[in-house]
Amino acid sequence: MKALQFRRNLPRYAAARIAGGFVPGGGASAGPLSLIDMDPPTAPGPDWVRVRPRLSGICGSDLATVDGRSARYFEPLVSFPFVPGHEVVGDLDDGTRVVLEPVLGCVSRNLHPTCTSCADGRLGNCEHTSFGDLEPGIQTGSCHDTGGGWATAFTAHRTQLHVVPDDMDDAAAVMVEPTACGVHAALAAHVPDDGVVVVLGAGTLGQVTLAALRAHAGPRTIITTARYPEQRRMAGLLGADLVIAPDEVRRAVRRTTGSRAIGAPTIDGPREGVVDRLTGGADVVVDCVGSSASLTDALAVVRPRGRIVLVGMPAEVTLELTPLWHREVELVGAYTYGTEILADGTQRRTFDMATDLVRDADLGRLVTATYPLSRYREALEHAAAAGRRGAVKIAFDLRYEKERNDL
Amino acid sequence: MSNGRHLAPRPGFVLDVDRNSPPIVFHHGEGFRLEKLPPGRSRVIYPAEPLEGLADPDGAIRHALDNPLGDSEPLRALLHSDMKLTIAFDDISLPLPPMRRPDIRQRVIEAVLDLAAEAGVDDVHLIAALAVHRRMTEDELRHAVGDRVYDAFAPDGRLYNHDAEDPDGMVVLGETPHGEDVQFSRRAAESDLVVYVNINLVAMDGGHKSTATGLSGYTSLRHHHNVHTMSNSRSFMDQKNSALHASNWRMGKVLKDAGVKIFQIETTVNNDTFGRQGPMALLQKREWEWSTRDRMQFLAMKAGLDLMPTGAKRKAFSSWQAPYALTSVQAGEIEAVHEVTTANVYRQQLVAVEGQTDILTMGLPYICPYNVNSIMNPILVMCLGLGYFFNLYRGRPLVREGGVLILSHPTPWEFHPVHHPSYIDFFEQVLADTTDPAEIERKYEKQFAEDEWYIHLYRNSYAYHGVHPFYMWYWGTHALEHLGRVIIVGGDPAAVRRMGFQPASSLQDALEMASDVVGPQPTITHMKNPPILMADVT
Repeated sequence: MKALQFRRNLPRYAAARIAGGFVPGGGASAGPLSLIDMDPPTAPGPDWVRVRPRLSGICGSDLATVDGRSARYFEPLVSFPFVPGHEVVGDLDDGTRVVLEPVLGCVSRNLHPTCTSCADGRLGNCEHTSFGDLEPGIQTGSCHDTGGGWATAFTAHRTQLHVVPDDMDDAAAVMVEPTACGVHAALAAHVPDDGVVVVLGAGTLGQVTLAALRAHAGPRTIITTARYPEQRRMAGLLGADLVIAPDEVRRAVRRTTGSRAIGAPTIDGPREGVVDRLTGGADVVVDCVGSSASLTDALAVVRPRGRIVLVGMPAEVTLELTPLWHREVELVGAYTYGTEILADGTQRRTFDMATDLVRDADLGRLVTATYPLSRYREALEHAAAAGRRGAVKIAFDLRYEKERNDL
Repeated sequence: MSNGRHLAPRPGFVLDVDRNSPPIVFHHGEGFRLEKLPPGRSRVIYPAEPLEGLADPDGAIRHALDNPLGDSEPLRALLHSDMKLTIAFDDISLPLPPMRRPDIRQRVIEAVLDLAAEAGVDDVHLIAALAVHRRMTEDELRHAVGDRVYDAFAPDGRLYNHDAEDPDGMVVLGETPHGEDVQFSRRAAESDLVVYVNINLVAMDGGHKSTATGLSGYTSLRHHHNVHTMSNSRSFMDQKNSALHASNWRMGKVLKDAGVKIFQIETTVNNDTFGRQGPMALLQKREWEWSTRDRMQFLAMKAGLDLMPTGAKRKAFSSWQAPYALTSVQAGEIEAVHEVTTANVYRQQLVAVEGQTDILTMGLPYICPYNVNSIMNPILVMCLGLGYFFNLYRGRPLVREGGVLILSHPTPWEFHPVHHPSYIDFFEQVLADTTDPAEIERKYEKQFAEDEWYIHLYRNSYAYHGVHPFYMWYWGTHALEHLGRVIIVGGDPAAVRRMGFQPASSLQDALEMASDVVGPQPTITHMKNPPILMADVT
């Protein structure tokens, strides 16, 4: 089969980091990612089936890997070589169309009894990651044994698969996985009724989180930062009340919340009128960027005892935590999905909620361009510059790959 | 050919540009551009040369106080020992640029205080009548009133900035027949006499506006600083056709009926903005009269400015103080005084112009009423060009309806955070949504006007009130309705577009862009201002 494989190769990893520093996505040309012919992965057990991807998305975490920017935290949680790709809609051998829930929990690792988190349906919080029958890998797409979506085939545990409704096209289906992240984040935000929420970032995660907040929370106002015109337009369509440039967020939140502001004094004296941080602020900030700058903004605009939900995958960040301490701010992560406990006490699988949201909010329109595997360098560069180039989600289109249909 | 010596100052003048005409100096913020206008269809309106100043300004002031106009007794007859006296004076926005010491306000206030002392008046307060402008700093107040007055009154709190948001310091005195609330300084309202000290730089200044606007707040201002008023003023510089003027006059009557007694002292200055000597003097000369030395000096200055960092340029220009001379001073009853004042303003500034033009060009200088010691942000560029300069006409606008206005200014996307905090929000939020003054007024004005943080900064820091950028935008309403297009030469493209205007890198490009609107071979008029001129268009 044909696959994009990521190998452990330190010189190439360094080259990817340098190349990605010059041109985002440039690590695809210089780094340890290559297009190869390889044997399909062997099913690790009887409950494993072959999936032939139709569309496979490119995620921000994939780009971080390609450009050598991933946190070293992940080193023991992946197994090399691996095939990336965890946002997948594909076909089973019997023709059933499925989307992949890529998290590898206790069940897929053949661990019994399962950990408490997995028993509760919170697969993303699995406490046995990197143990069991599988090589390390927190998700399909970072585990050597399973393969990944950037290939003409991979293997998946039956519990990882969700049947795609017949009326949902492939573009919509490939958006289910990132949308599930957004749904999980929106619910983790615990937005008070009539609250003010800020969503930092308007890439894929920002857009789907915005849609999820609009669908599953009752905020008075959602403020979204967006750097590029198409991102601004889409954020407006998905329910943002105010879409602003990233460097305008502090003033915008101040205006919206009626807060006062503090300008840090300089050697030239006090700077009344400068908005370095707010005295009040937003109830919740959902950070879909995960950088030092975005987290600093989040801490500057969240109200005392407010909540920051970190959705964008951070690496190492430099952060002044005094406001977190002084203002008793909660900083929580929101990783993947599982089972959600809703306000009325009922439980639903995040993927089911995401499937509904993709349909209701027409999130398939976020898929802007697709590429064959052979043009992976262009695809990754496009994905890395998606906002600037008027795109949101870039995906590989494997439906016409010769090897896929020969399998 | 001029030899530089004239028996009398020459009036304003309209030059028809021909092939022998030299390039024209355009103000361009903290710099200049030399522009060649198309011959045969261009003209340049030059301001009048500075009138001679009064030989004895202090004597003229004392004479005015003793010989009031209209229904008023001399000032000394109005002063008595057990009275409460308030002296209010124009703020930092006048004159422009700030004048050299002694400031006229200092001369007048000292004369008034001399009379008050003779009468044994002890209860005297001095108030900078700034309405919703920013507070003046100590240095600025010292410059305006002089060190002697400042040291005598400021330390014990008897000289201060007006505070339109002081809930205990403001009072509503009534309502005009048009339903306009008249809000006023409580101290002034409760005084036995208010003496107002004015510098009347342009025709819209002074009269009842001095007190009805200067000592009021948002409750009053919203009735005339609005889109409707601006849309119905043709122009707001022409008192007889200004809805702004009419509203202030109605409010003035309410003040009078409420028992507020005002003794108005108005002054006018000449056009000596840049001096007859020194580095800026050639800005008052007509280009074809420049000597070789002038040309060399200008080119050297321009080259130097082009190389200087913006901050250094700003500092250099801000340090310039105009050698204005007093051309008239009159005192007494407001309306009688203001009639004479206006005549004196016109005497210096009116220039007769025949007919309208297809394209009006303006070089905008580094300063306007609201960026003294500050930054000329894009909103102020709009206000100066489409508000003040566009409205400096009597009769008809200089440019025909549907014509094009071309401004020259760097228009940086830059704001002074201390002075203009709400401007930043206005630019980021409001103008990103709409540039239509009526929609802006309807959707956003109240929110900004009542924003607690802006009010805090206005009262305690040196910030313009939260509503102020709205007024700046409304100031351009008439021009926005009248013009077919606005182009800014040499401006920051993003800032220019945010305001709904078109950026151009050169005047030639701008003229080409303008031809899309006004057709080929349009007529062009350049308004060479400052020194200030007001076009009397027939």
